[in-house]
Amino acid sequence: MDQELKTTCLHDEHVALGAKMSPFAGFDMPIQYSGIIDEHNAVRKAAGMFDVSHMGEIFIDGPDAEAFVNHIFTNDVRGLEPGHILYGMMCYPDGGVVDDLLVYKEFESGFLLVVNAANIDKDYEWMKEQVEGYQAEVFNDSDSWGQIALQGPQAEDALVRYFGIEELRELEFYTFYDLEDEDGGRVIVSRTGYTGEDGFEIYASPDNIKDMWAALLEDGIKPCGLGCRDTLRFEAGLPLYGDELSPEISPVMAGLSMFCKLDKPEFIGKDALVKQKAEGVARKLVGIELADKAIPRHGYPVELEDGTVVGEVTTGYHSISLEKSICFALVDSAYSALDTKLYVRIRKNTFPGVVVKKRFYKTNYKK
Amino acid sequence: MSKVIEGLLYSESHEWVKVEDGIAVIGVSDFAQAEMGDITYVDLPSEGDEVEAGEEFGALESVKASSELYSPVSGTVVEVNSELEAAPEKVNEDAYAAWIIKVRMSDESELSALMDAAAYSAIAK
Repeated sequence: MDQELKTTCLHDEHVALGAKMSPFAGFDMPIQYSGIIDEHNAVRKAAGMFDVSHMGEIFIDGPDAEAFVNHIFTNDVRGLEPGHILYGMMCYPDGGVVDDLLVYKEFESGFLLVVNAANIDKDYEWMKEQVEGYQAEVFNDSDSWGQIALQGPQAEDALVRYFGIEELRELEFYTFYDLEDEDGGRVIVSRTGYTGEDGFEIYASPDNIKDMWAALLEDGIKPCGLGCRDTLRFEAGLPLYGDELSPEISPVMAGLSMFCKLDKPEFIGKDALVKQKAEGVARKLVGIELADKAIPRHGYPVELEDGTVVGEVTTGYHSISLEKSICFALVDSAYSALDTKLYVRIRKNTFPGVVVKKRFYKTNYKK
Repeated sequence: MSKVIEGLLYSESHEWVKVEDGIAVIGVSDFAQAEMGDITYVDLPSEGDEVEAGEEFGALESVKASSELYSPVSGTVVEVNSELEAAPEKVNEDAYAAWIIKVRMSDESELSALMDAAAYSAIAK
């Protein structure tokens, strides 16, 4: 039996806008409104907004909150300033990934962990199992929050027009402010995103998020679906849990070691990751650029010229911003060096390509 | 509402066929292009290839996914619309103008298995 799909607070808005809806991570979500290419280009050249209310918000507080977060998180939150954010993973002891997430260091006390929608229940259970022995509380508050990602070079102007607060321009990349809505409810504005462009993620009550969506729409901000969210993050070299990170694909394999502080005294998965780093891994995630317009898709085999299979595609597109066919692929480490010639099998034919850097598109973050 | 044109024949896999002197001109329906979204690549067969009714002869790729194309009839490919290689978006713009291949039919009786506009309208939604 299919489980009934959940909906976000903006579901009625998506339907009214004529969005193409599809199940994603247990939610009925908008894949596109005007079209993936149009929405993608709006984010690269102007601004677009995404309903990301399906994402999970888990709060951790208590005397041992910092020690506990540092125990389950690959990045290092010790001494992280309030209002600052870190990206990283939660790993299993074998180095496989439970989830990738953002950790917000709260102004008062504790942390907010923002996790992938598909993993909310799994992550929450994992955290509750690991918290034993720590004086810390884990609270899954995902249902109380809506979230809009406002992304693109004109996002800052739109944000300031909406809130009427000029100081929001000063917000640095990977930091956040706390605001209060008219009813005294909390609004979090963070300079983060998943598109490779400057932009913001705004967390607030479902009612507040509905008002904000309507106001931004009125202001001319283009509604964007999960379709272009994927093409944008992919071009910017950002991983998607399930494709580029998983219980089988460790951060070291995915080339995300910079988010794993292996010099921390301890964290779950540290020993395995240290070993992988020292001894090397069997497979690595690479970028491949094809000479042809044929499109590599998830699961397509990556081969050598003689037909030997050496890996498979994890995500691939005909890139909208770069107008080339590119993909991420997990390949035998022997074939992961830049400029290595590899072939992707697409239906009956193979197409030649070369290994390139995974960040295909030059990102435009506000530094 | 997607457009269905009178006088064409349609397959269950959403290809249309227009018959001209023993040649089947084949494309995809307006419903199919709308379902796929922005089409970015058309994988065409070569002229001279043999195709079988119900068998794959190529694919359309949208940003998001790839959709195989199935030939509604058997025969020999006599022409491919190579204009679509450079401009695949023409399928989105007008799915009935953007024909994909022309097939010299080996068995015209296969056409009787296809739907007319009225029957296809019932499934194209």
